[in-house]
Amino acid sequence: MSDAQVLEAGFASKSDCLVRYTASADAVSVAVKSSVQTLFGEAIRCSALEMLDSYGVTTGRLDIEDDGALDLVVRARIEAVLRKVGFALQKGERRAAVRRPPTSRDRTRHTRLYVPGDQPHFALNADLFGADMLVFDLEDSVAGERKFEARILVRRLLENEFLFGKSEVAVRINVLRDECGKEDIDEIVAARPHVILLPKCESCSDVEILDRLLSLQEKESGIERGSIYIAPIIETSKGALAAAEIARASDRNVALCFGYEDFSRDIRARPAPVASAGAAQRKNAQTDALLAREMIVLTARSAGIQPLDSVFSDIEDTDGLTESCYQARALGFEGKAVIHPAQIEHVRRAFSPSGEEVERAKAIVAAYEESLKEGRGAVAFDGQMIDVPLVDKAKRVIEESGRGE
Amino acid sequence: MEWMNNALGRKIPADIEGKTCAPFQGAFADSREEASTAFPQGARRAIPPRQKPDKRVAGWDALFDRLAIQNGAKISFHHHLRNGDRIVNEVVARLAARGVRDLTIVPTALFPVHDALLPYIREGVITKIEGSMNGAIGAACSRGEIQRTCVLRSHGGRQRAIQEGDISIDVAFIAAPTADPYGNANGLSGPSACGPLGYAKPDSEHAGTVVVITDNLVPYPCAPWSIQGANVDYVLEVESIGDSSKIVSGTTQITRSPTQLRIAQLAARFIEATGLMTDGFSFQAGAGGISLAATVFLAERMRKAGVKASFAHGGATKVLVDLLEEGLLGSIVDLQSFDLDAVHSCAKNARHIESDPYASYGPHSRGCVANMLDIALMGATEVDIDFNVNVVTHSDGVLLHGIGGHSDACASAGCTIITAPSFRKRIPIIREQVTTVTCPGEVIDVLITERGIAVNPKREDLLWKAKKAGLPCKEISQLMREVQAITGVPAAPRFTDRPVALIEWRDGSIIDTVWQLEAE
Repeated sequence: MSDAQVLEAGFASKSDCLVRYTASADAVSVAVKSSVQTLFGEAIRCSALEMLDSYGVTTGRLDIEDDGALDLVVRARIEAVLRKVGFALQKGERRAAVRRPPTSRDRTRHTRLYVPGDQPHFALNADLFGADMLVFDLEDSVAGERKFEARILVRRLLENEFLFGKSEVAVRINVLRDECGKEDIDEIVAARPHVILLPKCESCSDVEILDRLLSLQEKESGIERGSIYIAPIIETSKGALAAAEIARASDRNVALCFGYEDFSRDIRARPAPVASAGAAQRKNAQTDALLAREMIVLTARSAGIQPLDSVFSDIEDTDGLTESCYQARALGFEGKAVIHPAQIEHVRRAFSPSGEEVERAKAIVAAYEESLKEGRGAVAFDGQMIDVPLVDKAKRVIEESGRGE
Repeated sequence: MEWMNNALGRKIPADIEGKTCAPFQGAFADSREEASTAFPQGARRAIPPRQKPDKRVAGWDALFDRLAIQNGAKISFHHHLRNGDRIVNEVVARLAARGVRDLTIVPTALFPVHDALLPYIREGVITKIEGSMNGAIGAACSRGEIQRTCVLRSHGGRQRAIQEGDISIDVAFIAAPTADPYGNANGLSGPSACGPLGYAKPDSEHAGTVVVITDNLVPYPCAPWSIQGANVDYVLEVESIGDSSKIVSGTTQITRSPTQLRIAQLAARFIEATGLMTDGFSFQAGAGGISLAATVFLAERMRKAGVKASFAHGGATKVLVDLLEEGLLGSIVDLQSFDLDAVHSCAKNARHIESDPYASYGPHSRGCVANMLDIALMGATEVDIDFNVNVVTHSDGVLLHGIGGHSDACASAGCTIITAPSFRKRIPIIREQVTTVTCPGEVIDVLITERGIAVNPKREDLLWKAKKAGLPCKEISQLMREVQAITGVPAAPRFTDRPVALIEWRDGSIIDTVWQLEAE
């Protein structure tokens, strides 16, 4: 048991709870104070007692200050406190095998929504906003002292069968150069995220280490080897120069992501003063990162994986967001990160094929099918020879346009 | 005490304070048709002598000397000054100081500022409330701290009850942002401007004695007059009737909550997909986060489709005023203004019409504004699998809100849409049975949540169109189970068998009972 007498986890805020364990020699007791006391006070107590039993806790006092946390959140916070104290799982607390519909390497990833890993309030409805991918973040949005409880919360969120299912689910772990990132992997893999986002990736060995850790954990959890994908994030000068080897470092790679803010800091770019003329355009142009972004597109494409662009951080400026999506699209990127659900619609619209493109795609497919029926080999459309890749691309355009509202 | 079940199977008392309770029989059954044949028009008064009656009183004491309010009196107030109101607390405190007890207060609504009444409730100065009970006062009612059984009515139900003599108000205190010495009054200007003043109109027409209290006395005649001097007995000038910063909010912020925005977007899509958004259509949407956002999304769709609405009804906000000025809305029929833009618009724009509960919601009117509505977009604290709605109690049994115009709009509009998050904190909104029924499922057509849309099976037409448009429709019990899988099933609150409040349906029948909570 650690030295501290009182340990806590969670927050006493909406959809969360603050759990505190006070060590003592007295027989274990539980006190619940909840804004939904009448409706769930007893249920919270029962979960707490069950958890204490599972962790073999017989002494001390557990205080729970709740503001409408779901059961999985209550349990995540209790587990965090008990494990911080040094208790280990003794029995029971069944961990059902997570059944998650598989993803595919080349599924659409126009939008990936970042969800802070230690704030359940933002996570509960995250699946409803139509993001192609949800990224539960354990890195930048989680303070150092909260990492431990955040990874437990994210694991339990992912183990839940009811909250997610439409979006692909990913976890952005911490860098692997310190223990934190490895602990993330140990905790998270059993909950079967589709993809792991590896931040500040700078060499092919970063990816190889992650690959090996995943294989190890997959074996331990009885998950098919190689089923969890990797998306390295390039956000340093070193990483940008190593992009080619990083993109090919593992068969698990499905995408190469760009992280603008860190990159710009790393290369010590100094933007013109905000007050100067044309500041807004320059802000959106991200000229300091142009070469790096092009390299990411090139290396990802050459490795057959998706290049995905960084966030646009001004959530009020929807025109700027759309503009930056068009820019990214023109460079060859397949998607953008979003930090607020309200951005999803704009990004999706920018990356989705326009009505004109869809019409053209339909005409190409029709012309091709016509030619098949007639047994003709080659067919021209609009002066262009139609071949199988072109038809496949057209079919993808039609499929994407069908996603609608 | 004897009990009976009404048509919804809800347990209600057979009588309260010697008066027989009429059980609710259906949204349009008019169970009390026979009981309410008397239409008292107030006591007959002597013809005034020639020339200029003097209605002004020198101060509060002079006023109360003349009123001579007795123990057990019924006094009424309006809520146009909302959380900025100074009059309710002032009147009750002064009556308490004069030793008056056992008052029944009949407010159109109460706000957090009126929590100051709690000591008077505990001391027995106020022993009954016929009107909305919000926040701390609602909670006190649920704990049984109000001596007599209270009554909650919708705005229309209250108007009917006053007109037909179910409530006989002894004195109506009408706070007026502008008034003349004769008692003509409006809410459109002055330091405490609030917009319409219509909620006080039934009181002014039917109370035994009517007092107008103003902080902006203007020369006769005050124009326009929302309250007619012909109905007013006394006029009192005071320093201030309200805190203007709390009367109107000033700015109308559209919600940032992604969940609320999703619900609002689904509501707008539903309205368009089901063909309700046709040229000349009309709607009522409140000033809550979801409703306001839904109005904005609906307007976007109207612009795109080249469709204009004939009018919007209910509370007015900047959002509606902008649509009126853009020409997307033909008129606003306004019962209360939530921000300064709405107040100014109501004062200057002839197409921004000031309404009152009789014209807007009157159950026994010859058709009210709500009957002209194509769409009512309303909220709820709970909905059950029979689509019955609760807007007054929370799932833990505590009374926390009034009914407002909810029942009236729901029962009168062509399509009633309830929008709500599928769970708040951990509390699921869809229940096997709501804690309290305030509106019967027979008049609720659709429930829209962020996790799906449940259409009342009675409205196959809507369901078919919504499904065809690819909207996420689900059976309501299926939706309930999905949400319960996330939240768990909440425990039921424990009640005693003492009724602390009755919920009146629009016709005066009792649709449900609010029970005292068991002490913890």
